[in-house]
Amino acid sequence: MIDVILAVVGGTIAVTIIGIIVGLVLLGIDRKFAAHMQARVGPPLRQPFIDVAKLMCKDSIVPENAVVSVFNAAPLIALASAVTLLLYIPIAGFYPLFGGLGDAILVMYILTVPALAMVAGGFASGSPYATVGAQREMVTMIAYEFPLAVAIVAVAWRFSMAGFSDPFSLATMAGVGSGVVVWDIVGPLGIIGCLILLLVLAWVTPAELSRVPCDTPEAETELCGGLVAEYSGRNLALFYLAGGVKTFAMTALGVAIFLPWNISWFIGITGWTALIADVVFFLLKVIVVMFFSVSLIRVSMARFRINHLVSLYWGYIAIAALVGLMMIILDVFMKGGVVL
Amino acid sequence: MTSENKSKKAPYTIPIGPTHPALKEPILFTFRINGEVVEEVDFAPGKAHRGIEWMGMRRNPVQIVHLTDRICGICGVSHTFAFARAIEQIVGIDVPDRAHYIRTILAEFERIQSHLLWAGVAAHELGFDTLFNLAWRVREESMDLIELLTGNRVNYAIVQVGGVRRDIEEEKFARIKEGLRYYESLIDKLLKLFLHDKTINMRCRDCGLLTYDAALKLCTVGPTTRASGVRADVRLDSPYAAYGELNFDYVMPDLYTGETRGDVYDRIVVRLLEVAQSVDLIRQCMKQMPEGETLWETKMPKLLAACKKAEGEAVGRVEAPRGECLHYVRMNKSDSPYMWKVKASTYSNQLSWLEMLKGEQIADIPIIVASIDPCMSCTDRVAVVRDGKPDIYSKEYLHRLSVEKTRRLMND
Repeated sequence: MIDVILAVVGGTIAVTIIGIIVGLVLLGIDRKFAAHMQARVGPPLRQPFIDVAKLMCKDSIVPENAVVSVFNAAPLIALASAVTLLLYIPIAGFYPLFGGLGDAILVMYILTVPALAMVAGGFASGSPYATVGAQREMVTMIAYEFPLAVAIVAVAWRFSMAGFSDPFSLATMAGVGSGVVVWDIVGPLGIIGCLILLLVLAWVTPAELSRVPCDTPEAETELCGGLVAEYSGRNLALFYLAGGVKTFAMTALGVAIFLPWNISWFIGITGWTALIADVVFFLLKVIVVMFFSVSLIRVSMARFRINHLVSLYWGYIAIAALVGLMMIILDVFMKGGVVL
Repeated sequence: MTSENKSKKAPYTIPIGPTHPALKEPILFTFRINGEVVEEVDFAPGKAHRGIEWMGMRRNPVQIVHLTDRICGICGVSHTFAFARAIEQIVGIDVPDRAHYIRTILAEFERIQSHLLWAGVAAHELGFDTLFNLAWRVREESMDLIELLTGNRVNYAIVQVGGVRRDIEEEKFARIKEGLRYYESLIDKLLKLFLHDKTINMRCRDCGLLTYDAALKLCTVGPTTRASGVRADVRLDSPYAAYGELNFDYVMPDLYTGETRGDVYDRIVVRLLEVAQSVDLIRQCMKQMPEGETLWETKMPKLLAACKKAEGEAVGRVEAPRGECLHYVRMNKSDSPYMWKVKASTYSNQLSWLEMLKGEQIADIPIIVASIDPCMSCTDRVAVVRDGKPDIYSKEYLHRLSVEKTRRLMND
């Protein structure tokens, strides 16, 4: 029993540290990507670390009319829930730490917690900017949840149709152990459907992470940072860390569902080298996913107005997700790929 | 925060300013918001008041010319130009033809850099930082050219009463032409990036509408008024410098889109097309520029003596990048002017904000505010302070003051 507790505690601490470091590196890489696409030099790769270190030294100012307890708790909850996500998502082909205790549905629920914490913190700030930002964040959440759920459920359903016993488990989807990924079990129609769902997931990512064009809740030029307008010092650093970890979690989720292959199996190596190769390959995949779903989108678009955002996600992206789902359903009925 | 502002129930009040990321210069907006929709707008300028006119009325015209350079960091040429024109009219100075052309070239380069700067700011307000970086990068070419011609990137110090302080030598023409070719090759790309982008279309079309009637009624000027379909341009309406000899026309949005809606999009169209027009005007100037002197009088004491002898009043008007820039000067046979009043284009344009912002969303506030290209340091000529606190002079109060003064004068 004691060794289980030790493993859980030790594992959680390790995942937290890894999550924060990888998250911050991802933010640094994203800034570099964006800078180069805008023909700028951009900040050094370690800039997010410098930012966090500096914010940690700064005073945390609490506004006079804020609800102090909620205001201070929100950043902690955001970071904690973002780290919790990583405990359920398979990373580099490893079985997730809590993989047996929760599945994709749970991950979808936890994904909303950092956003909810920010909403609570925003409302608790007692600032009109933060209030408007919090309202927008809630609307944004409602807008992107549906396409996200469709994408994940469609893949899980396809796994169940292929006769997998635990289709909603992210470990199953990522082919941990079995080595079977979604592309192996779908037929031609299903491949098209999965490609559509992959694009849907890529489009949900900026909304989930509040990045341009979906940064309406934070909108620097409109709301001076919106939700986080009143946050400073340590609290802001925690939100920033949560953002980094969430970026890692979101991209890792995309990788786990749609790009879960390992390289060691492909080039046929084993042992420690295989482990290192897999981890490096996984991080590369995460960076590629982030490049297409965060950096590229954010440098090529202007910010959406909140009504545009809702109509885009409820309209076009939801329809795209449903079309992907229909393709996968048709695939099953036409006996494409592996069907039990 | 007052108790009224604390209310979280709709409609609530949002202050934007005096400092806010959406604003490049200090001004205070107060919005009454219902949900995301603006119900009422009020604004309080006067936060960038520096007492420049007060300083000017204690200096001689040649000193003031350099002071006018510092009214605005963007339209330095326009202010010096307008002030110099006012003094030249009072003193009766006949500016050499070559100086007229050089002034025109500089004013047009200033328009190019100002419009590109604005385009970048507009993109940033929309959250489109890539376009912002691009616009400011291509703006550098005009800044380099201005530096080549005047020696400075800002505060050009080139216009002098009676002409210009530097000639444009023949050997600089090649470099200028290179710059003009750069912009000619670029303008289609800029138009495509700004006007055919889906998100910019979505954000700017039918946003911040200013109808033709409202534009006329509010006496708006410059690109703001032209985007609403009013054909007004000081360069054409009362030609000055070399503009009378150049061939050009009003830049209207329907030239490009075939219709005039008077929205933010149309303002982008007008400004970008004016960049192309300015390039063309500079080309014409370079072709037609006559040889000759560039200053009416090179000896400062002589010029100052002429100014000191002068008596009378005049208005100098030029078309600054943002619209009409007006300097009123009254000389009274003394070293310094008896009266100097600056009315920049934003002063005429700012009331259109109330018209444009009503019923729009919070998200559109930054771009609508930016769409008239506001320059608060040009505009802020008055700040009322009573007992150490900011105050407001109402129309009734000012009327009462004037009645009292008239009575006093009659009793004397």
